Amino acid sequence: MALVLTEEQSMLRDSARGLISDKAPVSHLRSLRDSKDATGFSRDLWKAFAEMGFSGLLVPENFGGSGLGYVEAGVVMEEIGRSLMPSPFLSTAVLAVSALARGGSDAQKSAHLPKIADGSLLAALAVDEGAKHRPLQTKLQAVRSGNGFKLSGAKALVVDGHVADLLIVAGRTGGAAGERNGLTLFLVDPKAKGVAIERTVMVDAHNAARIEFANVEVDADHVLGEVDQGGALLEGVLNIGRGAVASEMVGLSEEVFGRTVTYLKERKQFGKLIGEFQALQHRAAQLYIDIEITRAAVLKALQTLDGDFEHASAAVAVAKARAGTTATLAVQEGVQMHGGMGMTDQFDIGFFMKRARVCQELFGDSNYHADQLARMKSY
Amino acid sequence: MSDLETFRHETRAWLEANCPPEMRRPMISENDTYWGGRNAKFSSEPQRIWFERMRDKGWTVPDWPKEYGGGGLDRAEHKVLREEMAAMSARSPLSSFGIWMLGPALLKYGNEAQKQEHLPKIAAGLIRWCQGYSEPNAGSDLASLQTRAESDGDDYVINGQKIWTSYANYADWIFCLVRTDPAAKKHDGISFILFDMASKGVSTKPILLISGYSPFCETFFDNVRVPKSHVVGTVNRGWDVAKYLLQHERAMISGMGERGVGRPLGQVAADSVGADEQGRLEDAMLRSQISTFEIDEAALGAAAERAVDLAKAGQSHPAFSSAMKYYGTELNKRRHEILMSAGGIDALEWESERSRGGARPRAWLRTKANSIEGGTSEVMLGIVAKRILDLPGA
Repeated sequence: MALVLTEEQSMLRDSARGLISDKAPVSHLRSLRDSKDATGFSRDLWKAFAEMGFSGLLVPENFGGSGLGYVEAGVVMEEIGRSLMPSPFLSTAVLAVSALARGGSDAQKSAHLPKIADGSLLAALAVDEGAKHRPLQTKLQAVRSGNGFKLSGAKALVVDGHVADLLIVAGRTGGAAGERNGLTLFLVDPKAKGVAIERTVMVDAHNAARIEFANVEVDADHVLGEVDQGGALLEGVLNIGRGAVASEMVGLSEEVFGRTVTYLKERKQFGKLIGEFQALQHRAAQLYIDIEITRAAVLKALQTLDGDFEHASAAVAVAKARAGTTATLAVQEGVQMHGGMGMTDQFDIGFFMKRARVCQELFGDSNYHADQLARMKSY
Repeated sequence: MSDLETFRHETRAWLEANCPPEMRRPMISENDTYWGGRNAKFSSEPQRIWFERMRDKGWTVPDWPKEYGGGGLDRAEHKVLREEMAAMSARSPLSSFGIWMLGPALLKYGNEAQKQEHLPKIAAGLIRWCQGYSEPNAGSDLASLQTRAESDGDDYVINGQKIWTSYANYADWIFCLVRTDPAAKKHDGISFILFDMASKGVSTKPILLISGYSPFCETFFDNVRVPKSHVVGTVNRGWDVAKYLLQHERAMISGMGERGVGRPLGQVAADSVGADEQGRLEDAMLRSQISTFEIDEAALGAAAERAVDLAKAGQSHPAFSSAMKYYGTELNKRRHEILMSAGGIDALEWESERSRGGARPRAWLRTKANSIEGGTSEVMLGIVAKRILDLPGA
């Protein structure tokens, strides 16, 4: 398959860009932050997303969606990255839909997917527990009880956790921390007894929550996939999330870079445009090259997820690791080249820096994925 | 089956049947590369067989038109052939500056007689070419070159000196930049001309490099007579040809190095460094350097694939080869730094048979030229800054 967007994918990009740049420029995030908005995103915009078919983009057609692929999801994520639009697209339309569509029973799919597609249901994936992303270290206990399980433990960095109508929780039904066997995914009602949700205001002004589970009862029907065998399902869903966040970081990097190059062509010092200085020209050129190469790696990962899902891990690790280092470089150069202006809250560049930091941590940072790649290659 | 799938199927079958097993192993020494030319010798029988079979199929230059000795493949078919050759680790049957550099320039700028004369001989490996670009005082500032060609009837008389002429001492012909109008501005008085290295007045002197090899020469021209019909493109517009050719040269250099073939670098390192009980490289810092390198290498591989696809879709920027040249060469230098670090003291031997004549350190030193030849990394970044990013000045 050619490593470029198809005509249909380009059209999707254009329509996503049209909507997002019109309705959710960076000032949209800024006003949600400044007003300490309780929801953290615009429900009206999410409705517009649903009407455009974005919320159901990955939902199979027989469950009310468009049945598109991960490249298409990445196209939308990239546009979200350009404007830093806060949106349940990642939590609900990408992660939850992937988990349900790949691991759910027909009943589970019928119950949730059409509602996600029409924009009426929000869902969140609860995986991380410690300071770093280590899915195999999951400790949240799920012990058998009656016709189901009782969940006890705590989750962190649950994206959109405080607004979700449905939680997808990774728990341990067997094995020890560090083992893949014994992981199970559960569909949990956030209003169930014993669930305590704390919205955590984050550096990037995007949604996240810490959630505690104290003997939360979950019916056996609400196990997603097989008991003890959720590791593979979880890893697959995480890979999709990694590809999506990598796309967001490509959009973010390119936007910061574009703004920075524009500034180099406007700002004068020593009687010259600062873009005339070779020290800055070369750094700008290096960043451009870095972004272009990362863009190719991310598209490769998404195409591999679409075409050869079971063998996509290496390409995904490459993409997430590259996107993380590229975005980190882009925002640092962005602030530095904007000088003092880059340090002000009034200027948008800082928002990109903060979001890039969160995207690094989401589903494993560059170091995590470099280590994963080395393990895959047995060294 | 689509036409392309049929082509893939047939290509795979043909390669399986025709590529000798010896030609499916990684190249180890210089001898494993066949460069063609008047004085060429095959280093082995399988090398000869493989070359001749590919030549007869037109697949030394798969995408050139058949009338010039090529395979006449379109871009999609060419990509399939490259993929199938890579899948079985088949070696390139013929390495040639004629193929990588001169050919594309002739196809675009040459007249019909020049194409008929030179392209089939390049395709068949009959003539080995060298590149007369750099001069002692014209390196990064190539357009300031001073080798002059003075008009004398139907001929030019060429005087001057080139340097860093790769394999000039083995080459049969040269494609050369000469100044035909000394009064014009520096970019406007240059012509692109072809001549036989056996011409009277041409001499070469190999330059010993830090690797202990002499792949480059100084090349001297002392009243060399060349017919005016050997100018490619318009007289005094040679810079256009030169730049176009440089794009191909940069694409060629960015693709150098043994990207993604053979064993993972981390396992090669484990041979000398050792691994812990979990199979992880004993040297944690080296392990992290290697995996970071492999991430960048895989990403560059995707970018190279994408560059071809963008070109096919008519969406590529003409200066993008400079971006790829910069990244590819810097990455190749990193690879060899890692190999040296992984090899430790074993990688320091220079002559022993055990070290295959110091192959690893010599290759390491050779790569240092990657970011100089064909335009330095700094020149590449300058081109990206000005031509792609449109930054002001100079």
